[in-house]
Amino acid sequence: MIDIFQYEFIRNALIAAILVSVTCGIIGTYVVIKRIVFIGGGISHAAFGGIGLGYLLGINPIIATIPFSILAALGIGTIGKKIEFGEDTAIGIVWAVGMALGVIFIALSPGYAPDLFSYLFGSILAVTSFDLIIMLILNVIIILTVILFHKEFLAISFDEEFSEVVGVPTKTMYLLLLCLVALSVVVLIRAVGVILVIALLTIPAAISRRFTHNIKNLMLLSIFIAIVLTITGLYLSYIFDLPSGATIVLILGIGFLLSSLFEYSIST
Amino acid sequence: MKKIVSIKNLWVYFNNIPVLEDINLSIRQNDFLALIGPNGGGKTTLLKVILGLIRPDRGEVKVFGKNPEEGRKLIGYLPQYTHFDPNFPISVLEVVLMGRYRGLIRSYSREDVETALNALDTVGMLEFKDWQIGKLSGGQVQRVLVARAIAREPKLLLLDEPTASIDPEMQKSFYELLLNLKKRMAIVLVTHDIGVISTYVEKIACLNRRLFYHGPREAGLKKLEEVYKCPIELIAHGVPHRVLERHEKK
Repeated sequence: MIDIFQYEFIRNALIAAILVSVTCGIIGTYVVIKRIVFIGGGISHAAFGGIGLGYLLGINPIIATIPFSILAALGIGTIGKKIEFGEDTAIGIVWAVGMALGVIFIALSPGYAPDLFSYLFGSILAVTSFDLIIMLILNVIIILTVILFHKEFLAISFDEEFSEVVGVPTKTMYLLLLCLVALSVVVLIRAVGVILVIALLTIPAAISRRFTHNIKNLMLLSIFIAIVLTITGLYLSYIFDLPSGATIVLILGIGFLLSSLFEYSIST
Repeated sequence: MKKIVSIKNLWVYFNNIPVLEDINLSIRQNDFLALIGPNGGGKTTLLKVILGLIRPDRGEVKVFGKNPEEGRKLIGYLPQYTHFDPNFPISVLEVVLMGRYRGLIRSYSREDVETALNALDTVGMLEFKDWQIGKLSGGQVQRVLVARAIAREPKLLLLDEPTASIDPEMQKSFYELLLNLKKRMAIVLVTHDIGVISTYVEKIACLNRRLFYHGPREAGLKKLEEVYKCPIELIAHGVPHRVLERHEKK
């Protein structure tokens, strides 16, 4: 296995796998405990609009995705809190409109969209140093925000109404959390693509919560599990020449299955 | 005695349908008040108005002389159902610490932790402080949530059907706990349990969109018929409870 490290693209992919794991370990934990998995799905699909916009304007699609996914998050957060709609309706609207915009933007772009497929299903082996820098910056923003507001995020995840009564600015904190989900989607897109992002946001945290009931340990364990599973997936995709994003997701799925069997076996 | 909550000519509408009509109610220091009435009668809505969670369409609400958003700093609150995921990664102490929340960025001080531990001691749950919340029984969870409410060191405690999810055995000790807390704060309790009303509380308020009665419980119980429309069953439900009480004292 050592000889494959000599390639720059392999080294970049490994660094990307670690950055991706840090993001999904932290934000995935909130996504799973606050049960906003499908809000994550909505934001990630809507983010495709940003990729299309990037092609249309001729800028790096990942950069264009940042404001786009944040708008999607704010859209879902704002529409979803209106009683007459509800969260699921908000997700449906933003999810489809975002993707449709992406398709239109790409159709309007001059010429041919070369690596469109890699944004849909990920291609961690094509991550550039520039991508890594963006992923690193977003990770720093995510970590600092969580350090500052972990009390509030925990409170609104557990009991939003009580949080409001004791003075937590619940609406602002909820929107801020969704914005962090949006930023994490941007980090994850390069690894598994907009369509498969949801796997990274859910599976590592879903596995870890079987083993710990402390939120900090849950995040750390999720990061560790994500690193192991994404690098395993990356390695297998390289060996068997399979699409990397899909292989990583399947390995995550197998990891979840194994953890279920493990839990079942110790409980009987 | 000092008025701590004063509600004047309060109206609340949901989708143009009145839920509360022309409510006038005062809560005083040291009150132990049961708020009773049929489902959908507006009991929870009234508590939420006092807490500033629902804005009145008309009327005036003053909590400790201020508007509810300000005044609620002195209120401890136990919501009706706290539906949480039994696997939620939070310990009993972390839940109670939420009651000590004082603002953004400020982390919990040693004093906050002390107060939270004292609150857990008061409700008899100190030994469970490191347990994950989902591992507790319904009655134990309610006690922890009371600890969370009193960790704020409130002057008024609002409890929304606190005993709905706990078995009768545990209910008695829960009410004994309230009698203990009553020495330190006013308590308003939403309940359907007539047995409790006839044993523990001092005042009742009957609410069915309008406030039918507010005052000492004996006279109020007669008013129940007007509100509930089926008084016999409910009052009969209370009688064996009282008999049981006398039995034990002998």
